[in-house]
Amino acid sequence: MAATESKKSVTRLGDRIFSRTATFAGASILLTLAAVAFFLFLQAWPALLPDADFGGKADDGPLAYVAPFVFGTLYGSVIALAIATPLAVGIALYISHYAPRRFSQALGYVVDLLAAIPSVVYGLWGILVLAPFLTPSYQWLNENLGWIPFFEGQVSATGRTMLTVAIVLSIMILPIMAALIREVFLQTPKLHEEAALALGATRWEMIRMAVLPFGRPGIISAMMLGLGRALGETMAVAMVLSPASVISFALLTSQNPNTIAANIALQFPESGGDYRSMLVGTGLMLFLITMAINMVARYIISRRAEFSGAN
Amino acid sequence: MSAVTSSLQASASLPRWYNPAALLGSFSLALASMTLSGFEDEAGNLNLAAVIVIGYLLYMAITFVVSRAVEGRRKSVDRMVTGLVTAAFTLAVIPLLSLTYTVVSNGLARLDATFFSNSMRNIVGEGGGALHAIVGTLELTGIATLISVPIGIMTAIYLVEYGRGRLAKLVTFFVDVMTGIPSIVAGLFAFTLFLVVLGPANAINGLAGAVSLSVLMVPVVIRATEEMLKIVPNELREASYALGVPKWLTIIKVVIPTALAGIATGVIIAIARVIGETAPLLLAAGFTASMNYNPLSDKMMTLPVFVFTSFANQGVDTQAYIDRSWAGALTLMIIVMVLNLIARIISRVFSPRG
Repeated sequence: MAATESKKSVTRLGDRIFSRTATFAGASILLTLAAVAFFLFLQAWPALLPDADFGGKADDGPLAYVAPFVFGTLYGSVIALAIATPLAVGIALYISHYAPRRFSQALGYVVDLLAAIPSVVYGLWGILVLAPFLTPSYQWLNENLGWIPFFEGQVSATGRTMLTVAIVLSIMILPIMAALIREVFLQTPKLHEEAALALGATRWEMIRMAVLPFGRPGIISAMMLGLGRALGETMAVAMVLSPASVISFALLTSQNPNTIAANIALQFPESGGDYRSMLVGTGLMLFLITMAINMVARYIISRRAEFSGAN
Repeated sequence: MSAVTSSLQASASLPRWYNPAALLGSFSLALASMTLSGFEDEAGNLNLAAVIVIGYLLYMAITFVVSRAVEGRRKSVDRMVTGLVTAAFTLAVIPLLSLTYTVVSNGLARLDATFFSNSMRNIVGEGGGALHAIVGTLELTGIATLISVPIGIMTAIYLVEYGRGRLAKLVTFFVDVMTGIPSIVAGLFAFTLFLVVLGPANAINGLAGAVSLSVLMVPVVIRATEEMLKIVPNELREASYALGVPKWLTIIKVVIPTALAGIATGVIIAIARVIGETAPLLLAAGFTASMNYNPLSDKMMTLPVFVFTSFANQGVDTQAYIDRSWAGALTLMIIVMVLNLIARIISRVFSPRG
């Protein structure tokens, strides 16, 4: 090495430029994330000042304004997650352990197609197809199970309810969750599976004893990634939900708490001044919430990756 | 472990034809009972969803009872789980089919020559088209690709070829985190950035939209390129070094060409990902009814935003606006599917064969 070192200094100017450029590109990722936080904060700042004027749209101050949206964002996403998680585990199991080997790759591709559909198309489908389709079931739920707080109240005639939104969201986060869980399930040590089967376990017992314990961290991180997706999803919510500025657990009414992202999309184009600053501020909150969730999820995944060689 | 010994004793199992027979039986029973009980809607149509749900529940109940009697508890539970897992997969495919069907059947109505040759300028009611939106989408996605591909590929090169130590770990971690940025936040970022740089009058323009798309696109390009660079065999690099080729030329002339097909696939998938983004463009690029070829000034329409605004701001002739919205959605779906198809073809044709 030492002998070539002296010659390099002349010939490898290109090397130095190239490696600097590459390093700079890498650092630009960190810079971009910092810039996102910085510029959003810069614009959101005026809304936090005491003399901010929201043009009558948020007379009770920023906190009272943002509370229903934070609630709606979390509520809708958590329900979507509750629907999507068992389905995603089922799909992942079907593709990894139940479907015929020859088809499993093609079936995975079919599920991935769900991820390729633009969210605005989901919104259109949600409001014009899914919502009318679900309305009779909502009426049935309300009449027969109305004593449960989730199903109480006046049923929306249009189906543009929190439950419809949660169902659309769950369909949208299914592919990424199923893909991730499937990958983890496929990594289950073959020896564990074969040992379970050799002891006379049925397929389900083998899955319960070998696959699920091995895949649990994967399921948890998939849930967090799915949650992150659902929190930030904008257009489907903006189009499907019939919003109101309330905090309510009722799932079937037309008075639903809106989500942060959908509220920004609906209000931003016609906003200005301090009110626009406040919308940017809600965006900053959304950014920080999803960043935190994604960081935890990625931390769990990366920690698992270090141990994945240990059979 | 007593369960295991008991299963050895009870080794009886249902015949192979049981499953298809039970499925056929339950669904025809469900169909028959629904028809006979006159459980039809106002139009006299059978409620297909109800038939499927009842048929499925019937199948599960019958199988549970029969299997438990013949095969014992453990095998009946196994059959139940098989039924549940298969149902989960089927349930996920139904929205895909329904979505494809509705978008195609509703979108065809307005998928005509006018749609691809006219803008919405001075259009009230019927007629008009999405040419301005298609041009905008192509320009913005093109600019976003021009911004993200160099940054993405260089970052991937940094991570695979140079990255050691803390910075590389940080970058890897935050690239993953960056894939989870909500798209609306990317739009807000681009808007606030241009607001500071250009002032409130010119903040909303095509370039701002392209910047917001790049924020979403860069991490996808990095991930795809990184995966591809990692599988380039080290022997190739070492052979190149042994010939005295400097590292940067090795990367440009040996590593990148080897991984090119994979990188191209990744870039196309990234384009397909962002071409349907609505929320960031709604904020950063705005919407308009007129043609605008210049991404540096004035608002610019894009196809996803066209779908949204046609639906959200329905004018006098409601149906005309909804039809245009569906036609836009269909166009968008076709573009996304074609891009995905191209990506798959490239990766299949150029994939290294052993």
